[in-house]
Amino acid sequence: MSAPHDHHEHVEPASFAFDADSEAQIAKIVARYPEGRQASAVIPALYIAQKQMGRLTGSAWVPRIAMDAVAARLGMAPIRVYEVATFYFMFNTKPIGKFHLQVCGTTPCWLRGSDDVLRACKDAGHLKGYGDTSPDGLFTMTEVECLGGCVNAPILQVDDDYYEDMDYESTVKLLEALKRGERPKPGSVIGRQTSAPEGGPMVLTGSEE
Amino acid sequence: MAKVTIDGIEVEVPNGASVLQACEAAGKEIPRFCYHERLSVAGNCRMCLVEVEKAPKPIASCAYPVADGMKVFTDTPVVRNARRGVMEFLLINHPLDCPICDQGGECDLQDQAVSYGKDGSRYREEKRSVKDKYVGPLIKTIMNRCIHCTRCIRFSAEVAGTPEMGATNRGESMEVGTYIEKALTSELSGNLIDLCPVGALTSRPYAFVSRPWELRKTDSVDVLDATGAAIRVDVRGGEVLRILPRNNDDVNEEWLGDRSRFAFDGLKRKRLDRPWVRRDGKLAPASWAEAFGAIVQGVRGKTIGAIAGDTVEVESLFALKAMLAAMGSTNLDCRQDGAKIDTSRPDYYLFNSGIAGIDKADAIVVIGSNPRVEAPVINARIRKRWALGGLRVGMIGPEVDLTYPTTRLGAGPGEIARAAEFLSGAKNPMILLGRGALARVDGAAVLAAAWDLAKASGALREDWHGFNVLHQFGGQVGALDLGFVPGQGGLDMAAMLAGGVEALWLLGADGFDAARIPADTFVVYQGHHGEAAAARADVILPGAAYTEKDGTWVNTEGRVQRGRMAVTPPGEAREDWRVIRAASQFLGVTLPFDTLDALRAEMTAAHPVFGRIDQGPLPGCTDDASPAGGVLGGASFELPIQNYWQVDPITRASATMAECASVYLNPQPLLAAE
Ligand code: SF4
Ligand code: FES
Ligand code: FES
Repeated sequence: MSAPHDHHEHVEPASFAFDADSEAQIAKIVARYPEGRQASAVIPALYIAQKQMGRLTGSAWVPRIAMDAVAARLGMAPIRVYEVATFYFMFNTKPIGKFHLQVCGTTPCWLRGSDDVLRACKDAGHLKGYGDTSPDGLFTMTEVECLGGCVNAPILQVDDDYYEDMDYESTVKLLEALKRGERPKPGSVIGRQTSAPEGGPMVLTGSEE
Repeated sequence: MAKVTIDGIEVEVPNGASVLQACEAAGKEIPRFCYHERLSVAGNCRMCLVEVEKAPKPIASCAYPVADGMKVFTDTPVVRNARRGVMEFLLINHPLDCPICDQGGECDLQDQAVSYGKDGSRYREEKRSVKDKYVGPLIKTIMNRCIHCTRCIRFSAEVAGTPEMGATNRGESMEVGTYIEKALTSELSGNLIDLCPVGALTSRPYAFVSRPWELRKTDSVDVLDATGAAIRVDVRGGEVLRILPRNNDDVNEEWLGDRSRFAFDGLKRKRLDRPWVRRDGKLAPASWAEAFGAIVQGVRGKTIGAIAGDTVEVESLFALKAMLAAMGSTNLDCRQDGAKIDTSRPDYYLFNSGIAGIDKADAIVVIGSNPRVEAPVINARIRKRWALGGLRVGMIGPEVDLTYPTTRLGAGPGEIARAAEFLSGAKNPMILLGRGALARVDGAAVLAAAWDLAKASGALREDWHGFNVLHQFGGQVGALDLGFVPGQGGLDMAAMLAGGVEALWLLGADGFDAARIPADTFVVYQGHHGEAAAARADVILPGAAYTEKDGTWVNTEGRVQRGRMAVTPPGEAREDWRVIRAASQFLGVTLPFDTLDALRAEMTAAHPVFGRIDQGPLPGCTDDASPAGGVLGGASFELPIQNYWQVDPITRASATMAECASVYLNPQPLLAAE
């Protein structure tokens, strides 16, 4: 009579407790809200839980038991935390790979070649498609909506870092570096300065008359 | 107050009322799915759209406050079109499975689709499909049908106080459920079935049983707890198929406890449907004449006593009391639990504030009771009062979760007097004394201590009576009102069971250990279910359960209510007062009434209280003299009901209740896969 849910096909950890690092961060965040309004801290608290999982297990996700820990910490009914955690795509309710490849596929990125980025992720990361985790457990790829970095489209977000102006080759290069344990500097991979034009500033260069 | 014009009709409604409420005041029906008057406003279904003068587009009337001078139009082409549009969207993902849906015929969506639906669909994409959820043995879910009105979510969180339902994921993937697979832990979960406007949440026991138009509906009252909830008994072909709550603002609003709603299958099992007589030590089927003959044999010339059960209607009790009186006996008792109830004044044993009076309380001390399982609807009323703010609840007795915060003031009767401190400063303090707290050696002293606490904290005033006893069953107060307790020189139950009588008449009395009856006592068991007491009997007289007779019951607040016969008793079983009337003839003490009306007339003459039909408790307390009292013991309070689902012969015979007990009392560890 109780068929397991499809959201829980993976193995849940047996226990979860905030470590000292997380506790310190939560205490700081909870203090921002007036007494009785601790539930307001649910999003940052879930984020802290996800980060801690990443730190301790190499997979940044929020197991159900961690949602329960958030609920207990903030005095909320667990279901209220499940609702928030499942609402936002930024919370992973299933284990993910060591690196979370988030490919922006919204129009500007798509026009600028996000399909190539996607193909490169599949090839270099050994991924079948969105939602897949590579057999070596290194990569999980998801499709995301506009990351707000369209000026330097296409964007590939790895965990919290934006890699900008990507194409097939640079994506493969990035993934190979990640596999080697390196963490290339985030930002434009073609050397663009923030969102300035390609090849350097074209106005206010001091040469205007 | 604000003056609002609805389709040309002027109405006055309080400021802050919604446009929908104003429309209702003007007699205009507004279609709705998410709005429910006893829940918070969600405003998410958009079915209630109306036009307001000068507003650029239709507004959701349930979530829009009125303003003075507002002009509202509920039936314009714009309104109709808007509602048609909403309906079309709702039906995009709703399956077309009405022919196999249990909600069919009483479905809000179906009804509204008749007014606002199109005859065909323009939708050519795939419909979404949602996994059904397991939420316990009482509710069947077909989540494809869910229209995301969130009524169930709001009910669980707000009324039941068990926030377990929620909406997870989002957009196209949004699902209503518990997220983790679990049985809902509310004693009020059945109300979700009534609230769900579609067939997403339906009754599991009633699945594929019947169609609403096949049912004969009888209004009655519930007796399986002492709330006295208004119910409707739905019957087809002489069989009770379901029980639903009716609205009664003063008692149950529109809620019903799960036991009261789902235990009725116990009415069909383990029934006594013919007389039995013990011959050569063995119970054998007999005719009525043989049974009465055996009673005459066994009872004549002997001292006799009677014990009443907890759900018996007052008419039979009156007949039995009268018969025993005619035989010269005043050995009567209706307190199977041995509760030391003082019947010298009704307000010593009633819920004097009234259930609706809870709305006025600002501090409550609960003594030796778990209202959540003893009367879940009353507990929900306390919770509702708490949610409004300004109510504090203290508890003396075992620690239990009442679904709202409580302060534990102690474990035993020694702490009662000190609770005055907790109540001090309250305008309308309330004492809620569980009947279980009286069913102990020092019960009389507990009663007096609780009364004195009420007195000390100013709860006994002419305008407020804050002393309340919470009983457990629908027949208990009626029996006390009738004085079914030892009369002049009469023996109480303990004395009768200690060999004080030679013959014992048990009227539905199955709530005590039958082994306490001495071996040489001649026992007549009259009732509807065969349990230990019937097995011990020398003669069994088959009786009618509460759905099978016209009767009068009194709830814990002293409200006299009439229940009505929905089905006839099975087999040869008969209404109990008739059986007693017949027996009286055989015993040579023929009772002077042979119709129910005659009986009632005589009963009301002897006990005028039974003429006060459907009236709440008398207001205020004019005499604060304490009941007799005694010496308080030191023992901590224990709760009388551990197993909410199985408390009396009917619920113990119910397969549904048995399943609930096994699910809830032996929770299975969550599967590793979950
Ligand atoms: S299950 Fe029923 S009550 Fe709950 S949200 Fe869906 S339609 Fe509404
Ligand atoms: S579309 Fe990709 S960042 Fe805006
Ligand atoms: S009833 Fe008004 S929006 Fe649902």
